Amino acid sequence: MQIYLPIAEISVDIILLLAMGGGVGFLSGLFGVGGGFLMTPILILVGVPPAVAVATQANNVIASSVSGVFAHWKRGNVDFLMGWILLAGGFIGSTVGVGIFTLLKNLGQIDLVINLCYVIFLGTIGLLMMLEGIKAVSHRRKTGGARRGKLHEHNWFHGLPLKMRFRKSRLYISALLPLGIGFFVGILSAIMGVGGGFILVPAMIYMLGMPTAMVIGTSLFQIIFVAANVTFLQAMQNQTVDIVLALLLLVGSVLGAQFGTRIGAKMQGDWLRLLLGVLVVMVCGKLFLDLLVTPADFYSLEMVR
Amino acid sequence: MTPFQHLLSLSARILFLLTVLIFIAHPKQSRAIEVDLSSHLVAITAGFSGDKILLFGSINSPGEVLVVVRGPDADFKMHRKEQVAGIWMNTATMRFEKIPSFYAIAGTGPLEEIASPTTRALNGIGFDHIGLELPVTKAAGGIAEQWKDSLLRNLLRAGNYQLASAEIVFLGEHLFKTEFELPANVPTGSYSVSVYHLREGQIIDARTTPLSVSKIGVEAEIYDYAHHQGTMYGILAIVIALVSGWMGHLAFRKG
Repeated sequence: MQIYLPIAEISVDIILLLAMGGGVGFLSGLFGVGGGFLMTPILILVGVPPAVAVATQANNVIASSVSGVFAHWKRGNVDFLMGWILLAGGFIGSTVGVGIFTLLKNLGQIDLVINLCYVIFLGTIGLLMMLEGIKAVSHRRKTGGARRGKLHEHNWFHGLPLKMRFRKSRLYISALLPLGIGFFVGILSAIMGVGGGFILVPAMIYMLGMPTAMVIGTSLFQIIFVAANVTFLQAMQNQTVDIVLALLLLVGSVLGAQFGTRIGAKMQGDWLRLLLGVLVVMVCGKLFLDLLVTPADFYSLEMVR
Repeated sequence: MTPFQHLLSLSARILFLLTVLIFIAHPKQSRAIEVDLSSHLVAITAGFSGDKILLFGSINSPGEVLVVVRGPDADFKMHRKEQVAGIWMNTATMRFEKIPSFYAIAGTGPLEEIASPTTRALNGIGFDHIGLELPVTKAAGGIAEQWKDSLLRNLLRAGNYQLASAEIVFLGEHLFKTEFELPANVPTGSYSVSVYHLREGQIIDARTTPLSVSKIGVEAEIYDYAHHQGTMYGILAIVIALVSGWMGHLAFRKG
């Protein structure tokens, strides 16, 4: 059964959309990630214009982050002070990001930049995750013991001014650090149509030195607002948020995530990380190949209203 | 416009006037062409996945028939890719202004055989006569030709332009029918469907009937709302996402 998407202006099989939502929702439940990094490229693959895919996915990220944040909030695993500072940076970053997006769209370079961002940022993270997963899995095979977590290290950025005390995270660091990270991730989430958890989470663990338990809840908390800002700005400036598409994807992803979470709970963390790394590297590899392969037609068409 | 084209369009007008005068002078003669469409309104609703329009017509004397469906004018942007440091990226962009967003031709024979070059030029029939040429200020010679060819190729591939010669079927001596397909991504707006009756490459009669393609119902309302009330639409999208996320949480908790 076909459904006509009013903003994307294409007609897509409704079952396909539900299956896509379900599949990505399953994986996001399994790995505990947002899933935007999978959904946006798939939407583009199905024929949704990249601008619409990115903006609509931002809208979806709100929903999936809201449904996730409650559980962490109840357990007291949200550092609100840190969240607000990350958010301040994220707000400015995503506003700048939507501006860059509009500019690149007018220049005809948005597809390339979306692809490059995926290959560079997501590819690096995926590769690291995969390597770490391999190391952990083989390590455990040898010793049978649990892997030791990375120690909190002191780097040059711990010497920055405007130091603040974050009680919940037990940190005394410069406010400029979370502000800068939020800003950078905000730009990426506007351009790539992702929540940015895949960068935010490692940055919070390794750069800020936050306790791992606090990281997920706090990042979800700030992602809600950054995604809301992106949705709002995209709707206002580019009219690229497709509510019908967002709702259909949501139905599938909520159901899929339920199954994913249950199966994920039965699997070992290291294996999950390894599998997620492989998945991410595959998605990025495909996008990278698209950039390298000689196109069938050197010319492409775009209708302007 | 070159002086030659000017002369052509002037003579076209004179020809048209003469045709009209001939018809006025012979009131007894019935209309040479009768045309109707299966529908004058194509409604893009939630289930829209393209549509077929059936055209019926009749001519009262022998000859060839040509049907041209033309969509509203629009601007198109073409990008050309080039390899930069191993990566294919858009390195050039060309804007084509006010060209038909949809253009389909059907005829009782190949266009070149049933309509003479002059007829095609005078009436703007065929892909060479619908203004796809770039002005010399933008590109000249071979470059302009390359842009134009690629534009046409892409529009044909997208289904916006269609060239289906000899698709008109005669049901008896006078009655004919043809069918044209509107793709799922058909541009919205006012279309014109022109039917030409030709003999020996010349047009002896023509008839144009309108066709409207528009979004109808919920789809149209959402589109209008998104484009005219962007701020409210954005807030609405956020609220819907928040509520459904919360509902998702409740479902999770119970499950």
